[in-house]
Amino acid sequence: MIAPATHLPRVVLYEGPGSQPFKGAERLALLAGLLDRGYWVTRADTTAAASDGNAVLVVGCFAGAAPAVVADSQPVSVIDATGLASDATIDRIEVARADEPMNRPNGPDTWKPWFPVIDTDRCTNCMQCLTFCLFDVYGVASDHTLRVENPANCKVNCPACSRVCPEVAIMFPKYHAGPIDGSPVRQQDVAAEKMKVDISALLGGDIYERLRQRSEGAKARFSKERDAKQALSERRRCLTKLADAAQIPREVLDALPTPEEIERRTAAAAEKAAAALAAQSTPATPTT
Amino acid sequence: MTTASKPSTDSAEPRIVYCRCAYAQVVPEEVKQEVLAGIAASGRGFEAVADLCEMAARRDPQLKALAADDRPLKIAACWPRAVEGLFRLADAPLPTHGVEILNMRSDAAPQVLASILEQPAGVTDTEADV
Repeated sequence: MIAPATHLPRVVLYEGPGSQPFKGAERLALLAGLLDRGYWVTRADTTAAASDGNAVLVVGCFAGAAPAVVADSQPVSVIDATGLASDATIDRIEVARADEPMNRPNGPDTWKPWFPVIDTDRCTNCMQCLTFCLFDVYGVASDHTLRVENPANCKVNCPACSRVCPEVAIMFPKYHAGPIDGSPVRQQDVAAEKMKVDISALLGGDIYERLRQRSEGAKARFSKERDAKQALSERRRCLTKLADAAQIPREVLDALPTPEEIERRTAAAAEKAAAALAAQSTPATPTT
Repeated sequence: MTTASKPSTDSAEPRIVYCRCAYAQVVPEEVKQEVLAGIAASGRGFEAVADLCEMAARRDPQLKALAADDRPLKIAACWPRAVEGLFRLADAPLPTHGVEILNMRSDAAPQVLASILEQPAGVTDTEADV
């Protein structure tokens, strides 16, 4: 989950008048250490820009009172790093930051920012992805175009919706390969994506309908044999094809809701998509 | 070199933004470290963020502030198509001119550094250091 904080903690590394510059290696270690802990760092040697109201930690090697470093009157904490190693400076910053919620990289509950990003130059607003996604990631903007509404709902490492996009318009910037990672789309990529849509069709036209049928088959077998292990095994076997075709991680498939819930969510998404498509084709009422 | 370069006629010193991609290992570690070292040693002011993806997901208002700044903008991050999409997702579309996106995912650090530290005509090193 995304940490509830709406602002990144911001550190201003000040090296202007009224301070001594950091040594090269210390500056780099401080920067890297703060970034790897999730901070936003501004390196400044003049007055730093305003920061949209969030608290700022100013860090520098001050030879006395710290100068006014931030342009507006937002809350500012000052840390004098004179004589401190980068680790000790970071410790002081962490103390000064107090307990503000923060999504730490590499933390035990870290949310990896994994979500679809739309290439609006390619997207035709066909709403196939909205219809496909069971997790309410997509929505419709006020101008009836596709919008990534709830990025945190996306299932980490699952690029399945990009596989149903006929225009190769859905990127996952943290994906390992192109064009899903955002690298340029080549003609052969477009052809490959169309092929994947065809594979999906071979599986039954509608991947969730197929899933529902498979799951119900497994459920019927389960009720006859009362063997949970066998039912689970059947479900896993049947889902393998789907996972391969759409590159859906196994844990996402395992965590899918009941067939009834899938059906309900699919219907709701389809309704939303249909409304958007209808609005797109309706000429705007002229204003007088 | 992979960039999305929309040169500005503005001769103001560009703002520099560096993305650490701290939540995933898709940008080569040595490239992002070398680029950070080069920017840090340049004496220039810059913004360094832990992860543009994470900020975009939260629709962080800082991204709007960056996109709305009048000065040219140079961003060291990953694929330009992805970076532009991230800013759009955050309701902070990048301007069509004056933005250059350098790709640490595909390009070598010296190439990225040469582009990101290049000054527009009319800006001297002395001015850049102020």
